[in-house]
Amino acid sequence: MIATLSGCAGGVLDPQGPIGAGNRTILLNSLAVMLVIVIPTLVALLLFAWMFRASNRNARYDPEFTYSGRIELIVWSIPTLTILFLGGLIYYGSYHLDPRRPIASSQPPLDIQVVALDWKWLFLYPDQGVGTVNQLVIPAGVPVRFKLTSASVMNTFFVPQLGSMIYVMNGMQTELNLQADREGDYRGLSAHFSGDGFSDMNFRVRAVSPDEFARWASSLHGGGGVLNARAYAELARQSINAPPASFGVVQDGLFDAIVRQTLPPGPGPAETAAGEPQVSPKAEPKAGTPAPAQQPQPKAGG
Amino acid sequence: MLGKLDWSAIPFDQPIPLGAALIVFLAAAAVLIWVTVKGYWPYLWDEWITSVDHKRIGVMYIVLAALMLLRGFVDAVMMRTQQVLAIHGPGYLPPEHYDQVFSAHGTIMIFFAAMPFVIGLMNFVVPLQLGIRDVAFPTLNSVSFWLTATGALLVNISLVVGEFARTGWLPYAPLSETTYSPGVGVDYYLWSIQISGVGTLLTGVNLATTILKMRAPGMGYLHMPMFCWTSLASNLLIVAAFPILTATLAMLTLDRYLGFHFFTNEAGGNQMMFMNLIWAWGHPEVYILVLPAFGIYSEIFSTFSSKPLFGYRSMVAATLFICIVSFMVWLHHFFTMGAGADVNAAFGIATSVIAVGTGVKIYNWLFTMYGGRVRFDTPMLWALGFVTTFIIGGMTGVLLAVPPADFMLHNSLFLVAHFHNVIISGVLFAAFAGFTYWFPKAFGFRLHEGWGKAAFWFTLAGYVLVFVPLYILGLLGMTRRLQHIDLDMWTPWLIVAAFGILVMIVGAACQVAQLVVSIRHREELRDETGDPWDGRSLEWSTSSPPPFFNYARLPHVENEEPYWTIKQRAMEEQRPGEDESYEPIEMPRNSPTGFVTAFFSTLIGFALIWHIWWLAIVGFIGAYITFVVFAWREHGDYEVSAEEVERIDRDGRAAQLAWLRRRERVA
Repeated sequence: MIATLSGCAGGVLDPQGPIGAGNRTILLNSLAVMLVIVIPTLVALLLFAWMFRASNRNARYDPEFTYSGRIELIVWSIPTLTILFLGGLIYYGSYHLDPRRPIASSQPPLDIQVVALDWKWLFLYPDQGVGTVNQLVIPAGVPVRFKLTSASVMNTFFVPQLGSMIYVMNGMQTELNLQADREGDYRGLSAHFSGDGFSDMNFRVRAVSPDEFARWASSLHGGGGVLNARAYAELARQSINAPPASFGVVQDGLFDAIVRQTLPPGPGPAETAAGEPQVSPKAEPKAGTPAPAQQPQPKAGG
Repeated sequence: MLGKLDWSAIPFDQPIPLGAALIVFLAAAAVLIWVTVKGYWPYLWDEWITSVDHKRIGVMYIVLAALMLLRGFVDAVMMRTQQVLAIHGPGYLPPEHYDQVFSAHGTIMIFFAAMPFVIGLMNFVVPLQLGIRDVAFPTLNSVSFWLTATGALLVNISLVVGEFARTGWLPYAPLSETTYSPGVGVDYYLWSIQISGVGTLLTGVNLATTILKMRAPGMGYLHMPMFCWTSLASNLLIVAAFPILTATLAMLTLDRYLGFHFFTNEAGGNQMMFMNLIWAWGHPEVYILVLPAFGIYSEIFSTFSSKPLFGYRSMVAATLFICIVSFMVWLHHFFTMGAGADVNAAFGIATSVIAVGTGVKIYNWLFTMYGGRVRFDTPMLWALGFVTTFIIGGMTGVLLAVPPADFMLHNSLFLVAHFHNVIISGVLFAAFAGFTYWFPKAFGFRLHEGWGKAAFWFTLAGYVLVFVPLYILGLLGMTRRLQHIDLDMWTPWLIVAAFGILVMIVGAACQVAQLVVSIRHREELRDETGDPWDGRSLEWSTSSPPPFFNYARLPHVENEEPYWTIKQRAMEEQRPGEDESYEPIEMPRNSPTGFVTAFFSTLIGFALIWHIWWLAIVGFIGAYITFVVFAWREHGDYEVSAEEVERIDRDGRAAQLAWLRRRERVA
């Protein structure tokens, strides 16, 4: 495994996959189109203000210069033309980089199901029959087709160096296609505020060679950690900064059950009795409330 | 008896909010004691609290906005310092407190700083520019102001009693539903915004009616100053958009109080609907704030270039264009929801089309300076600072309107930098510019130029130092609202941003110093003519401060720059306008309706937040009785006699005549 620390370096301008690279190209092209008019406008602004300063007696004072049809035509057409160019980019980019659009590749895509929980990420590999928490292992050079949902509140799945982000919502399924071109470690995060544990909703993305991915999945499969409806209910309880974990056995249809809400949405800060104002987070827990959320029998490490 | 309220609502164990609350409480108590000792209560009651004079109400709006701006700024300082102190550590604000700080920052800055500042300026200036004596519904105006103040009060009460929302400034469902936010924070948000929202809607109705129906004789639509045009557009947007906000928050309220399922996870609730609805209000809201700001800048560019506004009709067209298109772009706030390429492309293009209107405005300001005599007084500095930085903010905005780019930058600090870049330069700089520009009109003396310029340069420098690093952090993949940070590559930029906010603190201190110094030296800074900037629109034709009836005789308007025409004629003829006979004037009576309504609204809001049902009923009954008493009043107006009008007007005319003579001697 090539565990370069470069995964931590670089942001969206240092893409490691075709989607990120495509987004960056559109970003830079749009920037270039706009700078063509922005820079001259800025220069003209400062220049005019300075040229026509009241103390400059050489400047021509022309208070009658308040309308010119020719200038109006130019004034309306410059931004319009720019927007026409940009509109083309927007149209092309929206279709070409639509998150649902499959990535062209000789390899068949890998399916991964993503569930945002309070406040951690659950990744399910339906074909491999395994699952992980707060760590995502993908094969480099292979397109990955994500299907995503949320157990409770809204979150955003985002791996900056791989490209596009997407919302995850309870009772709904979104779709996203990404690919890592090179092996390496990347940082994933939630990009939509979701409550007190939000800042720790990060995960490590390991892009490994397809062979190593197969080895990793088969070593996990059938091993420790069972994710069934009951374990999921435990997992769905709120917890902050959950350590990475994995499951060797994942109940079939778990993801669909979450999307269809056959499995109920996450419970929220259920420790607090209903109707009780949670005014001071440091307040002592009420007697008889359940203990903080426990991890369901996970096998530590990846 | 007290619903959910008990002693646990006071955060005795949290030193930061408790200390802050104590300071606010002591300061408020000190002010109240000072007012009582000096015996100012009758004056305050008669001249301010019950006043229905649009100028007084405008000033009170701006005082409220300035106080809330300071409160919101303190929140900003806390956020920037927390992020820099919480690199590989917890910092000094735990998540449950930090989440309240950023939620309060956004809520206060938009609803209780920016909105009241802009509305205050519109209230003060629009009737003067239209050449009329008051707004269409003077008492309603007072009600609007006091309801806004009620909202601000409730938000600040949450600092001490209970908590504020921990959901962000827009309480996205389902995080804001009772399942995930069981505390009173979201309820504080809902009721303070609902109550102040009623005030804002009434202002919209009031000012739109005023502009449409009450212009000076002869003033056609295309004779109105640009600020009146943009105010009209802004108030029409308020009338169209604020009901959406009210309805959306009402649905969330029903979810939270009565177990409805508009936006819940369960029972067919739809959280995407909340986002669509809230932004269907939220995007026009941006233009509600920025259109009047564009109007302020138009006045300033024209006045300080000693030229009429270039391309007036084109500017009107651009304003209305922005006004309409602003309703067609809300979806760009959530391109990443996965709506699909058709929807994203359509809204992306619609969004960038708005930039055409803004671009036209910028070019017209550019050509207003061309051939002018540009004076770099403080308002003009703010205007130039605005237009140069706003272009950058607009450009990053259009970048975010390109869906694939937004897929990488949405919710990142790049987005945060973008909207601060446009709101600070677009709205805040305009507020400061307008404040400096019209201050002499309101109080009869100018603000100190030296301190004003210092405030401008420090604020501008601090603003660049804060937000350029945030743009970079966004490109480095840093998302917003992080309570702590564990990536070293972000550290240097966070430190620069924290330094930037220190510079902004100096800027804010200069603003305060400017006000204090100006008040102490008001005799030297006195504006005797009523026209300190060589102005062009009607408000400069009356004295500073204007008499309570604004104009002894309503001016007759023939073109876009009525006062400029009057002034030129006066200088030719060596006398200030015609000496006509005076007539008695009908003026609206003062009324405590607004203040009393706000008192009961505060009771209602607080009671509903804490589920104190009997108190809510008392509040409703009180408010209803207030309404009935006002509706059945016998006398709404009183007459100012012609002699009184003449006596007051003569002083102003004498000063203008003296100025003409002085000018003659110099020439």
